[in-house]
Amino acid sequence: MSMVDAIVIRFTGDSGDGVQLIGEQLTITAALSGRDVRSRPDFPAEIRAPSGTVAGVSGFQLAMAEQAIFTAGETLDVLVALNPAALRKSLEYLKIGGLLIINEDSFQDKDWQKAGISSEFLSKTVEQYQVIALPLISLTLRAIESIKLSNTQAKKAKNFYILGLVLWLFDLPSESCISFIKNKFSTNKEMGRANEMTLLAGYNYAMTLELSRQDFILGHVDREQGLYRQITGVEAVGLALAALAVTTNTRMLVSGYPITPSSAILHECARLAEYGVQLLQAEDEIAAICACIGAAFGGCLALSCTSGPGLDLKSESLGLAVMTELPLVLLDVQRAGASTGLPTKTGQSDLRQALYGRHGEAPLPVIAACSPADCFDTVIEAFTIAIKYMTPVIVLMDASLANAAEPWKIPDLASCDMPSIEYNRFPKPYQRDEHLARSWNTPGSQGFIHQIGGLEKQGEDGHVSYDAENHQKMVGLRAQKIAGIAHDYSETVLEGDVNASVLLIGWGSTYGSLKSAVNRCIEEGLPIALLHLRHLNPLPLGLKNVFNHYDTILVAELNSGQLCQLLRADYLINAQSVNQCDGQPFAVSFLVKAIKERILKEEINHEHNYLHA
Amino acid sequence: MSTTTYTREDFSNNTEVRWCPGCGDYAILMALQRLLPDLGLAPEQHVFVSGIGCAGRLPYYMNAYGFHTIHGRATAVATGLKAMRDDLTVWVITGDGDALSIGGNHLIHCLRRNVNVNILLFNNQVYGLTKGQFSPTSQKGQVTKTSPNGVTNEPVNPLMLALAAGASFVARAVDKDPVHLTQVLKKAYEHPGCSFVEIYQDCNIFNNGAFDGFAVKANRADKTVVLEEGKPMVFGAEKQWALAQNADSLHAIDYQKEREPQCLHQPGNFMAAMRLARISYPDFPVPLGVYYQQQREIYTFSTAIQKSKSDVEDLFKARASWKQVDLKAIF
Repeated sequence: MSMVDAIVIRFTGDSGDGVQLIGEQLTITAALSGRDVRSRPDFPAEIRAPSGTVAGVSGFQLAMAEQAIFTAGETLDVLVALNPAALRKSLEYLKIGGLLIINEDSFQDKDWQKAGISSEFLSKTVEQYQVIALPLISLTLRAIESIKLSNTQAKKAKNFYILGLVLWLFDLPSESCISFIKNKFSTNKEMGRANEMTLLAGYNYAMTLELSRQDFILGHVDREQGLYRQITGVEAVGLALAALAVTTNTRMLVSGYPITPSSAILHECARLAEYGVQLLQAEDEIAAICACIGAAFGGCLALSCTSGPGLDLKSESLGLAVMTELPLVLLDVQRAGASTGLPTKTGQSDLRQALYGRHGEAPLPVIAACSPADCFDTVIEAFTIAIKYMTPVIVLMDASLANAAEPWKIPDLASCDMPSIEYNRFPKPYQRDEHLARSWNTPGSQGFIHQIGGLEKQGEDGHVSYDAENHQKMVGLRAQKIAGIAHDYSETVLEGDVNASVLLIGWGSTYGSLKSAVNRCIEEGLPIALLHLRHLNPLPLGLKNVFNHYDTILVAELNSGQLCQLLRADYLINAQSVNQCDGQPFAVSFLVKAIKERILKEEINHEHNYLHA
Repeated sequence: MSTTTYTREDFSNNTEVRWCPGCGDYAILMALQRLLPDLGLAPEQHVFVSGIGCAGRLPYYMNAYGFHTIHGRATAVATGLKAMRDDLTVWVITGDGDALSIGGNHLIHCLRRNVNVNILLFNNQVYGLTKGQFSPTSQKGQVTKTSPNGVTNEPVNPLMLALAAGASFVARAVDKDPVHLTQVLKKAYEHPGCSFVEIYQDCNIFNNGAFDGFAVKANRADKTVVLEEGKPMVFGAEKQWALAQNADSLHAIDYQKEREPQCLHQPGNFMAAMRLARISYPDFPVPLGVYYQQQREIYTFSTAIQKSKSDVEDLFKARASWKQVDLKAIF
C-alpha cells in the first residue's frame, strides 16, 4: 500500500481549550477530501475539574485512512498535548517515533505541578519522539496583532493555530474550515477574522518549518456520493426517534432515569418535543419503564433507556410488558459491571440478562447495533418488531458505541423502512393475527373496552386464568410468537474469506474491531470468515448450516463468553471463546493474536488426535 | 361532553367479583359505579389502573378500560398514560401496601408532579391478599401473622405524606358511608390535578372492624367531622362540639359555648390541612372530606407533533455535514 494505511491523531488539553471543536473540523475536512474517518471524543470524568489537572483533560481522537476503517485507532501517530496533564494522560499511547506537538507556553513549572508530575516525565523519553514545542500563545497573539481584541479573547484563537498546522501536516485543504469559521462567527466578525488568521498562520508555520509530513499523507477512499455527516450512536438514536414519531404520526414517550452512560440519550431527546418525542425524567428506573408501559397501553410509541444497574431494576416491568404484550423498546447502553462496576467503561456483559433476566418464562427479542450510524437503523427495526409483534424489544448498545462517531450518509426519509401502526384491528384484545400478534386496542375507543394485567390470560378476551393447561399453552404461544420474528430477517451475511475453515463470530459494537482483525489476518495469509450477529433473540434461521461449513468457530465478545456458551448449547458446536473484560473495546492487535493462538491450538489438537488415532 | 345519559349498568360487567363476602371493597366499587354515570363520560373514556393487592382487582369489575399492573407501580404506569393521553380520565386504584410501601416513591412523585389522575388509596391497615401481614399503616400494637406480639413501628400517616409531597387535592372517606364517599370521589374527579383520596376500608378477614369505632353509622356523628369549606368543623349528633385551633394544634371545644372564628374549615390553607391530618382517633374525631385543595400547573405532554418529514430531514443535516462528490473525477 502506498504511503500509510491509517493515521491516528489525538488532540488533548484542558476542557476549555476547544479540542472538540478542532477535532470535529479536522474530521469533516478529512472526510470531505475522501478519507474514511472514525472519531472518539473523550470528555473528562470529573464535572468541574480544576484547569491544568489530569481530571480536567478533554480529548478528541481521530483515525483517518485511505481505505475503509472501523475503529478510532489504538496507537497514536500524532499527539497534540496542550498542557502537562494532557501529556501525562496520553503519552503512553503515542507510538515510538510518533509526532508530539506541545504548547511550550503551558509547560511551565506551575503547569507540571498541577499535573502532579515533574518535567522529567517528558525529558526522560523525549528522544523517542519527534517533538514540536511551540509557544502557542505568543504565536497566536502575534498572528492577530492587527486585530483589536482583548488579550483574553485573542488567546482563545489558539486552537485554530493547531488546526492550521495539522491541516498542512496531513495535506488537507483549509477551505472548509475557513468557511466554517466565517459561518460560526458571522455575528462576531472580529473574532472570526482572528480565528481565520490564526488558522492560516498555523498552516504557514508548518509549511515554513517544512515539517516532515510524508508519514501522514494518505490516499483517498471511494465513498459513495451523497450528503454525509459525522454521527455518534447517541445522536443516531435521537434522530431515529424523531423520524419514527413524525413518519408514523404517533407521539412517543422517552423515559429514563439519569445513569451513565445512557443519560446522553435523555439529553438528546430533551430537544425533540416538537417532533413528537416527549421526555419524562422519571423518579427511578422502574418508574421510567412503567411510564412507557402506560404510554404504550395508551397507543403511543415508547422507549426507555438505561445502563448497568438500571437494567436489573427494570426486569419485573419487562415481564409485565411481555405478559400484556405491549410494544415498547428498552435501550441498554451497556457498561462494565457487576454492580456499579466501571460506569464509564464499555462491555457486552448484559447479553444474558437481556435474554433471560426475568422470572417465569418471559421471552423477548434482543437486537444489537454494530456501529454508531447503525444505531439509527437498529432503533427503527426495534420499533418495527415491537409494533408488528406486540412485544417489548431490548436494544443493546454500549458505552463505546454511544460516543464514537463515523460518517453517516444522510438518508432520504422516504427510503427508510418505517413501521406501520394499526389500532383496534380485532374486536378482542387477544385475538391474534397470522404472526400471533395481538390487537393493539386503545383506551378511548368505543366497543373495544378490555382489561389487561400481569396475571395469566385465557382466550381472545384475555380473561384472568389459573388453569394449568391454559398456562402451558400460553407459555408456548408467547415463545412461538417471538421465535417467529426470525422469518423477517434479511439473509445472514458472511464477510471476510467465506471459504475459509475458520469462522469468527461477534455481535454489537465490536464489529469494527472484528472486521479489521479479519482483514489483517487475511492480509497475513490466514483466511477467516466473519459472521456478525445483529439479532441475538431469536437467532437467525439457518445458522446450523453456516456452522457446518467451518472447522473452527471462534466467538469474540467483551464479556466472559456469553454468546459463545449460548451457541455451544443451542447448536452443539465446539465454539471457542475469545473474550475480554477490561472495560475497553477490542484492540485489533489483541484479536489477531488471540485468533492465531486459538488456531494454532486447534491444529496441535488435531495433530495429536491424528497421531493417536 | 356527549348528551347520552348513562346508568350504573353501563359501568358494570359480568365478571364474577371475587372479594371476600363483607369486604369494604364492594362498597367502594358500588360508589364508583354510582358516580360514573353522573360524570357524563362514556365508559371508554375512563381507565382504571391498579397495582397489586385486593384492591388491584377492581378494574376487572368495571366496564371501562383497565390495567392491573404490578406491585406499587400503578401510579408510574398511570403517569405515562395520562401524560400522553390527556383526553382520558384515569383512576389509580391502590392499597396501603401498594402505595405506601413498595410504591411509595412513585406515589410521592405522582403527587409532586401533579399528574391529573385520581388516586384512590384503599387503606385497610393490613396485607390482605398475602393473608394477613402488617402493613405500613398498621397501628402500633396490631397483632398480625408477622407481628404476633403487636406492631412496634409507627405507622405512615398517608394524608400528611401526601400533603408533604405537594399533593394538590387531599381527602379522606370511609367505605361505610357510601353517600359521602361518592361526594368526595366526585370532587376528586372535578379537581384539575392529582387527587389523593384515602378511603378507610374494612378487611373483615384480617383486620375486622378496624374502623368501626368511628366509621359505622352509629358512631359517625360523634366520632367524625364532615369537612365543608368555610363551615365550622362541628361534630356530635347535636353539633355540641367543634374543632378549634390553639397555637399550633387543634383541640375540641364545646361548640354551644365557644364560637371561635378559627373553627372554619379552609381547604386552601396548607398548614390547616396539616393540622387536621395530624390528629388521630380516638383522641380526636376523624375528619372526613376534602382536607386540602390547591390549583396548580398540571403535568402533561399535550404538545402535538409540529414538525414535518422535511423538518426531520433538516434535523438530520443540523450538525456539520458535507457533500461527498466523485473524487475520481477530480484526482
